[in-house]
Parts: sequence; structure tokens; C-alpha cells
Amino acid sequence: MNAIRVRGLQKAYKGHQAVAGVDLDIARGEVFAVLGPNGAGKTTSVEILEGHRDRDAGEVSVLGTDPAKAGREWRAKLGIVLQSATDAANLTVREAVHHYAKYYADPRDPEEVIDLVGLTEKAKSRGGTLSGGQRRRLDVALGIIGRPELMFLDEPTTGFDPEARRQFWNLIKRLAAEGTTILLTTHYLDEAEALADRVAVLAGGRVVAEGTPQTLGGRAHADAAVRWLSDRGYQEIRTSEPTKTIAELSRHGELAELTVTRPSLEDVYLELIA
Amino acid sequence: MTTATLPGTLSLGLSRGATELREFFRQKENLIFTVSLPALLMLLLGTVYVKEPAAAQMFAASMIGAGIISTSFVGLGMSVVADREDGTLKRLRGTPMPFTSYFIGKIILVFVSSLVEAVLLMVVAVLRFDVELPSTAGKWLTFGWVFALGVISCSLIGVALSSIAKSTRSAAGVLNLPYIVLQFLSGVFIMQMALPESLRTVGSFFPLKWVCQGFRSVFALNDDYAVMEAAGSWELGKIALVLGAWTIVGLVLVSRTFKWSNTSR
Ligand SMILES: Nc1ncnc2c1ncn2[C@@H]1O[C@H](COP(=O)(O)OP(=O)(O)O)[C@@H](O)[C@H]1O
Ligand SMILES: [Mg+2]
Repeated sequence: MNAIRVRGLQKAYKGHQAVAGVDLDIARGEVFAVLGPNGAGKTTSVEILEGHRDRDAGEVSVLGTDPAKAGREWRAKLGIVLQSATDAANLTVREAVHHYAKYYADPRDPEEVIDLVGLTEKAKSRGGTLSGGQRRRLDVALGIIGRPELMFLDEPTTGFDPEARRQFWNLIKRLAAEGTTILLTTHYLDEAEALADRVAVLAGGRVVAEGTPQTLGGRAHADAAVRWLSDRGYQEIRTSEPTKTIAELSRHGELAELTVTRPSLEDVYLELIA
Repeated sequence: MTTATLPGTLSLGLSRGATELREFFRQKENLIFTVSLPALLMLLLGTVYVKEPAAAQMFAASMIGAGIISTSFVGLGMSVVADREDGTLKRLRGTPMPFTSYFIGKIILVFVSSLVEAVLLMVVAVLRFDVELPSTAGKWLTFGWVFALGVISCSLIGVALSSIAKSTRSAAGVLNLPYIVLQFLSGVFIMQMALPESLRTVGSFFPLKWVCQGFRSVFALNDDYAVMEAAGSWELGKIALVLGAWTIVGLVLVSRTFKWSNTSR
């Protein structure tokens, strides 16, 4: 059974169709990224799966349960990192993590979790005094404290510096290696490429493409650009058979600065959401 | 797969209560406005109003009544709106913590903050205005149940009303307006006898009048002072009835209207 199965999901706000028929299948143990520009409907979709918002139409099954009808046992299996939260402003990191650990039957060790998200030095600071990136790590700590089977992360690294982002990626890889199913939304392509087994691109409330980061939008089969430097400057040939092209070209001698490139994930993505 | 059972609703409620108290007492604005304001008002207004011991007794009783409505109705209502605004409620909704535990935590918060507020008020009343505290166990028993029913009913109504407010800013208005108006209609600042019949009737639909009347029965130097009440008696049975009814109304409203976030629909 898939961890998540969605068919024909729809949601409108006062006449504005935010989600317009989304289908998703996410296998257990998979890391799945939903990519999309602001306003694409990522948060709306994810929050419906989390049980935070009602839907207008469609079938949704998350860990075998309809989120709209789910209870305590179901919530105990989820880890949720919301897009924005400013709660626990007057609790220290340590107090918050220890408190949330009490909600679960078999929580992780709170001190280990604080360490895992890199907040050991801030353990005695109150939530309200943390920087943006530190605050997100607290959110992640509270999301993983219950040993979730399925994690939702809504734009978890927005506002991170590059080093914090790398650390965060390592944490996600570690959770994935432990078998956690992960659904994350992002608008960073490198993040999707680094973490996700599969990616869906959401635009205007619809899934416009789905696949592995390597094959998304026909990327693997797209024409390659063969580029080299000749006496007359840079030359470029677009071809579906770059190997053959290079073989022919190289009969005349060495090709200076030879490169073969396919569209980057970014090229494909920008094309898709245009 | 975890097969272990989830923690009990009551123990989680107690743990919520401890966390609520910790967060509450760390915020200066709560200490100043919610907990100390009634004592401060007593100090200021008392100096104007109180000319004789009997009046001091009555005024202190009414201020205690008004004070616990401030901590329960306004204070708790505001704290739920704040929980909705800063995402506390949404986060809790994503955990296996039951709603009842959240509510137990809030009730603990409101009982403790109301008690601190009432004690502060009584200290000011005794030290500054020579108010005599009730001397019999029976009076304290009445104090106890009026306090408990008043706090619970007004907490529930405050939480129910909090669903109307979209932000803490609008909640301040939504909650303070009825509170201030009712103080005038319920015999806190103006004796009920001095009000026109129609306004007295309006006031008698709401808990504040009954809570204050209950406390006046406790603090009155003797039962002769009951003649100063609108009905000419303390009406303890009716107090219990009205507050009990509001508790039920509050429970129904909360269970029907409670929202975990502003975007859940
Ligand atoms: N609670 C809401 N009320 C009204 N409109 C909303 C609400 N939430 C989102 N929207 C609108 O729905 C669309 C999708 O929003 P959202 O799901 O937040 O997208 P994303 O997370 O991809 O940026 C946007 O146009 C947004 O303005
Ligand atoms: Mg979003």
C-alpha cells in the first residue's frame, strides 16, 4: 500500500481554484518533492493531506486513512513541519522539545533530537529569540520527536544559509535512510535534486510534470547541446545523438573546450511553469 | 510500528497546564494587565468610592467578581486567539494530543491566574481598605463554588467568542467590549439599584452580575445587606442555576465553533 494516494483533489477559496485536480502516489520510504512557484497550491495540498484543511473534492488516503476523518493514532504516525509558525516563543528549545515528546507513545530522546537538528547551543534560548534558520530547526525537532512514519515539510529550508541547508539535507537523508516517508515542498531545484527520489511540479493547482529529478519533463531524452571552441569562436550543435555528432566532429582533430549538456532541471522547470 | 499506547488525556492535560503556566507567567503583559490590573483598579477607584467599611466590603466583592471574569473570559479568550495566531493550535492539531488535554491545560491556567489575581485583590482590599475577609467555612464554601462556576462558564464563553476574532488585535475588542459594558450593568461600578429596570434586566442575563452577587453575599458584613441587591436577597440557588446554564451553553458553543486555525475551512 502506498503511503499517500490522492485522486482528483480540489480546493477553492472564494471562487479561486487553488488546487484543481491533483493526483499523487507516494510509496512508503520514498522521498517526494513537490516543486512549484509561490501560489501554486503546495501548502493547500499538503495541509489537506495533514488534516489541517478541508477539501472540496477528491479522494485522499494518507497511511491508509482519510485525513478528514482521522484520529489520534493516525496523527501519532505523522511528523509535520508547517510553512510558518511562531509558537513556543516563551518556552526554551529544551522545554518545547521535552514537552512535545510527552505526546507520543515512543518518542525519540529529546536531547538527541536537539543535537540532531544542531540546536544544542541554543537549548536554553526561548523560541522567540531564535533566528529564522534556528526557528525552522526547532520546527523540525518538534516534527521528528514522535518518530514519524511519514513526514511533511513545507518549504523547510526557506531562509537558510548554505551551510544550514547542507546540514538540513543530511538530516533528511538520515531520516530517509531510517525508512521515513518524506513529502517536502520547495522552490529550490537543487534541493529537490539532492533529496528527492521523485518530483512533481505543481503550477496553477495542477501537476504539470512528474518523474525523477533526472527524467523530469523529458529531460533525459531532450536534445543535447554539443559545444566546442573553433578558430571561428564557440560552436554549438543541438542533437539527439551527441555521441555520433562528436565522433564525426572529432575526425578532424581535437575539439577544444568540448561540452555536452542537456537542459538543467532549472531549464525544464522554468519551461514547465511558464 | 508502535504498539505502545498513547499517553492518557488527563496526564497530558496536566502537562499542558504546567506549560501554559510557564508561558503565561513569563510574559510581562499578562502579569501587569491580566493579573494585577483589578488590584490596581481597586486601589484607584476604591479611594474615590469607598467612604465607609460596608461599602468597602461590597466594592471588594464586586471587584473580585469582575477580576475573575477578566482572567477567564477576556484572558482565556485572548490566549486561545493567540494560540491560533502563532500556530500553537495548528501544531497541536498535528500531534496526537487530544483537544480535551488542551482544554484541561487552559482550565488549569485560568484557575491559577484567577486565583493569583483574586488573592492580590484581597491583599489590597485588606491592607488599604481594611476589608474583613469572610470568617466562616460556609462563606468560603460559597466563595469556592461561585469562583469555580464563574471561572468555568466565563472561560467557555470566552473561548467560544474567540472563534469570531481573526487576530489578537480584533479579539481585544470582541472580548473587552462586552466585559466593560457588563461591569456597568452588573453592579461593579454602579449599584444595580441605581440602574433603570431595563438595563438591570439586560445585566441579569449574563454571568458577571451573578458572580458579583455571589461574592457580595460572602463579603457582606451581615445578611441585611441583601436588601441592596436587585431582588432583595442573595439568590444563591439562582446564581448556581444561571452560571450552570452558561457553562452548558459555553460547552455547546465551543464544541460547535472551535477552530484549530484560521485557514481550516
Ligand atoms: N486561506 C486562504 N484563503 C484564501 N486564499 C488562499 C488561502 N490559502 C491559500 N490561498 C490562495 O490559494 C493559492 C495557493 O496558495 P498556497 O497553497 O499557499 O500555495 P503555495 O504554498 O504553493 O505558495 C494562492 O493563490 C493563495 O493566495
Ligand atoms: Mg506555501
